[in-house]
Amino acid sequence: MSEKNHILEVKNLRVSYHTYAGEVKAVRGVSFELGTGEALAIVGESGCGKSVTAKSIMGLIKAPQGEIKEDSEIIYQGENILEYDKKQWQAYKGGECAIVFQDALASLNPTMRVGKQIMENLMVHKHMTKQEAAAEAVEMLRLVGIPEPEKRVKQYPHQFSGGMRQRVMIAIAFACDPKLLICDEPTTALDVTIQGQILDIIKDLQKKNNTSVIMITHDLGVVANVAKEIAVMYSGMIVERGLCEDIFYHPRHPYTWALIQSVPRLDLKNKQELSSIPGTPPDLLNPPVGCPFSTRCRYCMEICKEEMPERTDFGNGHTAACWLHHPMAPKVEMPELKGGAV
Amino acid sequence: MSQEKEVLLSVSHLKKYFNVGKNAVLKAVDDVSFDIYKGETLGMVGESGCGKTTCGRTCIGLYDRTDGKVLYKGSDVHSITGKDRQAYKKEVQMVFQDPYGSLDPRMTVAEIIGEGIDIHHLAKDKQERQDMIYKYLELVGLNREHANRFVHEFSGGQRQRIGIARALAVQPEFIVLDEPISALDVSIQAQIVNLLIELQKKIGLTYLFVAHDLSMVKHISDRVAVLYLGTLVELTTSEELYAHPLHPYTQALLSAIPIPDPEVERERDEKKIRLEGEVPSPINTPPGCKFKGRCKYAMPICEEQMPPLTDVGNGHFVACHKCMQEQA
Repeated sequence: MSEKNHILEVKNLRVSYHTYAGEVKAVRGVSFELGTGEALAIVGESGCGKSVTAKSIMGLIKAPQGEIKEDSEIIYQGENILEYDKKQWQAYKGGECAIVFQDALASLNPTMRVGKQIMENLMVHKHMTKQEAAAEAVEMLRLVGIPEPEKRVKQYPHQFSGGMRQRVMIAIAFACDPKLLICDEPTTALDVTIQGQILDIIKDLQKKNNTSVIMITHDLGVVANVAKEIAVMYSGMIVERGLCEDIFYHPRHPYTWALIQSVPRLDLKNKQELSSIPGTPPDLLNPPVGCPFSTRCRYCMEICKEEMPERTDFGNGHTAACWLHHPMAPKVEMPELKGGAV
Repeated sequence: MSQEKEVLLSVSHLKKYFNVGKNAVLKAVDDVSFDIYKGETLGMVGESGCGKTTCGRTCIGLYDRTDGKVLYKGSDVHSITGKDRQAYKKEVQMVFQDPYGSLDPRMTVAEIIGEGIDIHHLAKDKQERQDMIYKYLELVGLNREHANRFVHEFSGGQRQRIGIARALAVQPEFIVLDEPISALDVSIQAQIVNLLIELQKKIGLTYLFVAHDLSMVKHISDRVAVLYLGTLVELTTSEELYAHPLHPYTQALLSAIPIPDPEVERERDEKKIRLEGEVPSPINTPPGCKFKGRCKYAMPICEEQMPPLTDVGNGHFVACHKCMQEQA
């Protein structure tokens, strides 16, 4: 990958929230880059900082509670968006970069017809007239597969089902042909059948418009067919990243192993114990000094509790931060999947 | 096989209709019959709005029925009164989907778990009550220190454990689990499912497990019932259902499960059976098979007649005209 092709580069992003209990270090030094027209998945449990990362890229971290630390950089097409002025932000948000949230009902305006919510975007960013925007809104709804779009544009969000609302969100996001789309758990609240439909729409639109996509999810099953690259996050850090195949077939970090194994497989014997990750993620009010996963890791060594592991490069952009890959460390392989391969 | 087992809950021709306006009837549960045997787990799956939660709730008498009968150990759930009802409520418990909405935020964990113990007079004195609360907390994998905390101090997975502890505290025999894991992360889902399986082995509980996630349902259930728009379309053992799904709806549901393997997913992509659209409105449904609008095998007979639930051998029940014709 050449440097020029990157639409987005995030360098050492650190975000904190100031609460009554103290400073919550939600994101602690995240770096990644995203190629034009590619899809990156960020995978991790609740509270690992994946949504905060997404919000930072969209400029949605609100001061004074939220704070992006000083030396963080988010470079979008060669410019650091953290130094944008108000006007630049306005063009960027919605026009260049759009986001689809998990909870469509809470994200849509309940007092506004959905057609108008799509039109708003078009009128601001594409300078369309009201009539043009209204016609385009109908087209957008048709594009995301909503039947009878002429009738539906005049309805309110509460008249839509969960899957349909998520389609409206996607229509709003895609209305201005954004170059970068962030999907923050777009299917978590939906049924499996609807989940498949929504993922198909996102994939189709991505190919058609050559949009770069960041997909955020806690379900590894969802990303297998969507993302080219995967970054696994844990307690505000990326612990492993690499191509989709590398992560699924040659994962290197014990946390990734555990995540892959906790997905239920159809070939498992009935009532066999599923492998789960014991315990809960660390408290980000005072994160551990060493490897954040050390408290739940079954291969934990003395060093893990004291020092942060280095990033080891396995080639092809596949890196993992774990002491097990230190040349002096004991060799540990990923445990066999219970019940064999899929 | 089924003859030897004791039937715990027997549901026959259960109907639950809601009046939603003038001349409009929402048939949430429409003529559903099944049995639950002692010590087994019956999984109930379907998309949102197919009536699975309503069915679960009507089965244990949380909703009044419109028609039909539910027998728990031989007595009619909807007409038990007085002391019998008190005893029945001790034996049947429920765990709800939303671990945020189903626990009182103004009560401590000890009060939440202790409430059932008090109502059913299960503890002789304060000391015993306290011990029982600790026992159930530890049983579901929480600590004694958690007893005096409030619900907002816990994560989603821990709250679900509190919900399970509350249900267990009255020593029930039968628990309805209404999407207990849908609101949780994948890694935490595995913890809860493991806990449920372990508890079943230890105490010999019977579960009705309602969910839309087929892969988890397969894992925990002995038998699985597939619901579509308030009717049962397929019912069989979980191995059989996943190996030989007969109803086109079940097949589509199965192929929608994402598999965490990029190569397998790519291969499956073309073969996938995709369901178009969503579940149609359950208000004033037309006659005939309810799935016909989304079914690619729909035939003229599907427009006219509702296919009955028929046994196609080995206790595999399916309601589909196409499957019946192939069988004949």
